[in-house]
Amino acid sequence: MTQQFYVSPEQLMKDRADFARKGIARGRSVVVISCRDGIALVAENPSPSLHKIGEIYDKIAFAAVGKYNEFESLRQAGVRYADVRGYSYDREDVTARGLASVYAQSLGAVFTAEQKPFEVELAVAEVGPGPKTDHLYRLTFDGSIADEQEFIVMGGQADKVSEAVADGWRGDLDFAGAVRLALAGLVADKETATLPVSAVEVAVLDRGSESSRGTRRAFRRLDDADVAALLAEES
Amino acid sequence: MQETSANQVAANATSSFTEHLQRSRPELLPYNALQPGAGGGPGTGAGTPVPPTPHATTIVALAYAGGVLMAGDRRATMGNIIASRHIEKVFPADQYSVLGIAGTAGVALDITRLFQVELEHYEKIEGTQLSLDGKANRLGAMIRGNLPMAMQGLAVIPLFAGFDRATGTGRLFSYDVTGGRYEEQEHHTVGSGSMFARGALKKLWRPNLSEAEAVRVAVEALYDAADDDSATGGPDPVRQLWPVVYTVSRAGAARVPELELAGVAGAIIEARAAAQREA
Repeated sequence: MTQQFYVSPEQLMKDRADFARKGIARGRSVVVISCRDGIALVAENPSPSLHKIGEIYDKIAFAAVGKYNEFESLRQAGVRYADVRGYSYDREDVTARGLASVYAQSLGAVFTAEQKPFEVELAVAEVGPGPKTDHLYRLTFDGSIADEQEFIVMGGQADKVSEAVADGWRGDLDFAGAVRLALAGLVADKETATLPVSAVEVAVLDRGSESSRGTRRAFRRLDDADVAALLAEES
Repeated sequence: MQETSANQVAANATSSFTEHLQRSRPELLPYNALQPGAGGGPGTGAGTPVPPTPHATTIVALAYAGGVLMAGDRRATMGNIIASRHIEKVFPADQYSVLGIAGTAGVALDITRLFQVELEHYEKIEGTQLSLDGKANRLGAMIRGNLPMAMQGLAVIPLFAGFDRATGTGRLFSYDVTGGRYEEQEHHTVGSGSMFARGALKKLWRPNLSEAEAVRVAVEALYDAADDDSATGGPDPVRQLWPVVYTVSRAGAARVPELELAGVAGAIIEARAAAQREA
C-alpha cells in the first residue's frame, strides 16, 4: 500500500481556492444593481438560451458566473428548495436569506469535502417594497456569504467593472439607467465602447409587479427587443 | 461506470414538482395524507366513512370568441349545512390557464395549490411553459393520484380551461375520478348543480359569444343551478357576493371585476323579478 503524501490543510485549502478563483476569472461578468424600480440583473452572455440569470421565487432571483453545469444545478436546487418551502409553509416564508444560507452550506460542504470545489460565484437578490429593503447576497465558491448593498459585480475583471459601476450608481436610478450603468461597467475592461444587445442577458425584479402587472412574480426576463426599447428611452 | 452515472443523472432530472415531492417529501402530497384502506382496507371497497367535510359545487365553463371562461358559485356545504358563503372554487393555474374544482373542498384546494406550484416549477426549471395538453395531462395524473381517497368519499372533480398559444384557441377539459381527461367542445359544467346549469347553457350558449355576453351566460347558468340545487349558492345582493369568474384569452387569464359581476347579476335578478315566473 502506498503512503499518501502529507499536505497541510492550509496548503490544501489555498490550492483549492486558487483553482476555483482561476475558473471564475475566466468567465464573463454579471452585474446586479438595486435601483428605484427594483433590481436589475445584467450579464454578458451571447447565448439566448443558456441563462446565467434565473427566477427562483416570487421576489427572488439568481445570478451566477463560472461553470454552467455547476451553477445550473445550484439554480435548480434553489428552485426546488423555494417551491417546497413555499408549498409546505406559505409563499411569504420563502426568503433570500434562507436560500442564501442553504447555498452557503452546500458550497461550503463541496469546497471542503468533494474532489474539487465548485468554480462558481452566485448572487441571490430579493426585491422589497423599497430600495432600503432589497437584499443582495453574494456567495463565493468556499461557502462564504456577504450581505451587499447597492450592487454586486462578479466574474472576470470584477474590479474594473465594479469601479465603473460604483462611479455611476445613484439610488434614484430607474431600470433604463441601471441597465445602462451595468452595460457601461461591463465594457470597462474592453476595447469597445458598447456591447451589442444580443451579447447581453437582462432580467429585472419589478418592485411593483402586483400593481403594474397583477402578478406576485416580480421576475421578468427582457428579450433583445425589450432591452433595445429600454435603452432607447430618454434618461 | 461513466455510462451508469450519466444514466442516473438523467433519471433523476425532473421538472415536475410532484415527482420531486414524491421522492423527497412524500408526506406533503395531499393524497398521501390518508392512506388507502385506513379503515376498511383497499379490498373492502369503502373504508370507514369519512366525517362530513365541506363540499364545493357548481362550476361552469364555456368557450367564447377568442377564449374560454370559467365561473363558480360561492357556496360550500357540509351535509345540509352551509359551511361557507365565501369560498372560491375557480383559480388561475398559471398565466394562460384556469382551474375549477368540485367535490371535497379541503382536498381540492390542496390539489389546486399543488397544481399551481407544479406549473410554475416546470416553467422555472425549464425556462419555458408547459404545453396546454401537458398541463391537462399533469392535472389528470394528480386526480388519479387522489383515487384512493376518492374511494373513501373524498373525491375531487376539476374542470380545466386554458388558452392554447400554439393553435391560438381556448380549450376546455373535464375529468373523471380516475384521472381520465376529456376535451369538451362549447361548454361544460361539473358539480351537484351541473345538470341544471347544463340545461341553461344548452339554451343560452351560441357560437362566437362576445366576452361580456359569455359572462352573462355563465352567471345566468349558475343562477339556474342555484335555483334548483340546494348546494349551489346564487348571487347574494345582501352580502354583495357574486360568482368568481375568470376569462382566459390571448392576453392571459384575468378575473372579471366585482363591479361588472354586480351589474350582470343585478340585471338577471331584475329581469327574473319582472317576469314573475314560478319556475
